[in-house]
Amino acid sequence: MTDEEIKALFLRELHRIAPEVELSEIDPAVDLREQIDLDSMDILNLAIAIHEATGVDIPEADYPQMASLNGCVAYLHSRTRQER
Amino acid sequence: MADFLMPSLGADMEVGTVLQWLVKPGDVVKRGDIVAVVDTEKATIEVEIFLAGVIQKIVVPEGEKVPVGTLLALLTTDGEAVTAVPEAKPKPAAPAPVVSPLAPPTPPLVARPTPIPAPPHRPRISPLAMRVAMDLKVDLATVQGTGPEGAITKADVERAAKAPPPPAPEPAVAAPIAGPAPTAPPKAAPIDHRAAMRKVIAAAMARSKREIPHYYLGTHIDMSNATGWLQVENLKRPVTDRLLYSVLLLKAVALAARQIPEMNGFWIDGAFKPSEAVHVGVAISLRQGGLIAPAIHDVDKKGLGEIMVSLRDLVKRVRAGVLRSSEIADATITVTSLGEQGVETVFGVIYPPQVALVGFGKIVERPWASGGMVGARPVVMASLSGDHRASDGHRGGLFVATLERLLQEPEKL
Repeated sequence: MTDEEIKALFLRELHRIAPEVELSEIDPAVDLREQIDLDSMDILNLAIAIHEATGVDIPEADYPQMASLNGCVAYLHSRTRQER
Repeated sequence: MADFLMPSLGADMEVGTVLQWLVKPGDVVKRGDIVAVVDTEKATIEVEIFLAGVIQKIVVPEGEKVPVGTLLALLTTDGEAVTAVPEAKPKPAAPAPVVSPLAPPTPPLVARPTPIPAPPHRPRISPLAMRVAMDLKVDLATVQGTGPEGAITKADVERAAKAPPPPAPEPAVAAPIAGPAPTAPPKAAPIDHRAAMRKVIAAAMARSKREIPHYYLGTHIDMSNATGWLQVENLKRPVTDRLLYSVLLLKAVALAARQIPEMNGFWIDGAFKPSEAVHVGVAISLRQGGLIAPAIHDVDKKGLGEIMVSLRDLVKRVRAGVLRSSEIADATITVTSLGEQGVETVFGVIYPPQVALVGFGKIVERPWASGGMVGARPVVMASLSGDHRASDGHRGGLFVATLERLLQEPEKL
């Protein structure tokens, strides 16, 4: 998966979870729990969507690492490298 | 001929706007089918019908705002001969019960084990976009959806509103289903949902504090068994099946409510009416402000995995602004969990006509003395707001103690 594909997937799912959020205003570097008040249910749904699209199983302990757009891209890169 | 009326979706609802009909004359409906989408001040609700039969006539067209109790549609029920629709049916004269919004609401439906059916297929549109379309008087049939799976988004509607009017669409497409000729545009005034929701919360909470003599109990609960068990359990589960700890809390509350039935039910017409079923209302805050507490049905009978699925589904639909009528009207006890906001203690306000509200704060690590030793344990503050008309502090205390005991054996939940 390319960075662009990961980003598109992340934003598409974010739109589903938080339809009221203007995606163009998301700061890719900032944790979404602080930025738009996502809760543990929202983060779990994000993890599930990413798992379903990429096949990467994300342990609970790693959720914080993928709670921002940039963090998610970096995290998926490191995970897919490990598994190769 | 049977009447399908604008339902009362919670103690705080006075009027509703029919956003969309999902049935038309001649359609066969059964109990639990979703037949219409109604906008209340608080949310967009998919309204289920509790009659079986054939739709004969749609009385209130899409876009019209009517009081609770207004005749929305006529249907012939099973076994009844299908008769011609009486054309001279007088206009519904708003037969809403002449009561103030603060009068006792109609008793919510309880003990209805019918599973909630999946909503019928229809073009995907977010409720927000639907409201905007109504406010801007945009015909949705002319809007091209650009959202996920071709869904129509708010931006699509706004774009369509700015664009020059498209060539007149086929009349068959533009005409509202079975409504009167579209000469009169929808009369619904634009609704400021945030302000409207504030108003209904204000009315319900003011009524609660005026009528319900609350008593409050609280205790600290050692959560080391629960969180430890959950960690191990979640390691075994794929990400799609993982549990949030609030699922343990909901199940424990439901089991405790079954054991101490004075906490589970309604105060109606000067008397406590216990409920057989345990439908747990879950207070879910909306990011734009406000909150809503729809119910998960039969939590006492569901496994943890099942409750998790229901909770995920519910939160998703609350965030999207679409709920079902039965979920809104029939919680028998409510749970509020403010832990995520970092608060340690919450003493909540009971949502009438319910008689109890259970609050949970944040799980924090605290020194905990046990067996003559002090150690660090994850601890949560559990509180009960009880209706003193329905129960006393002694029974309330038993309820909290039962809750604590249940949370010590998470594997049995």
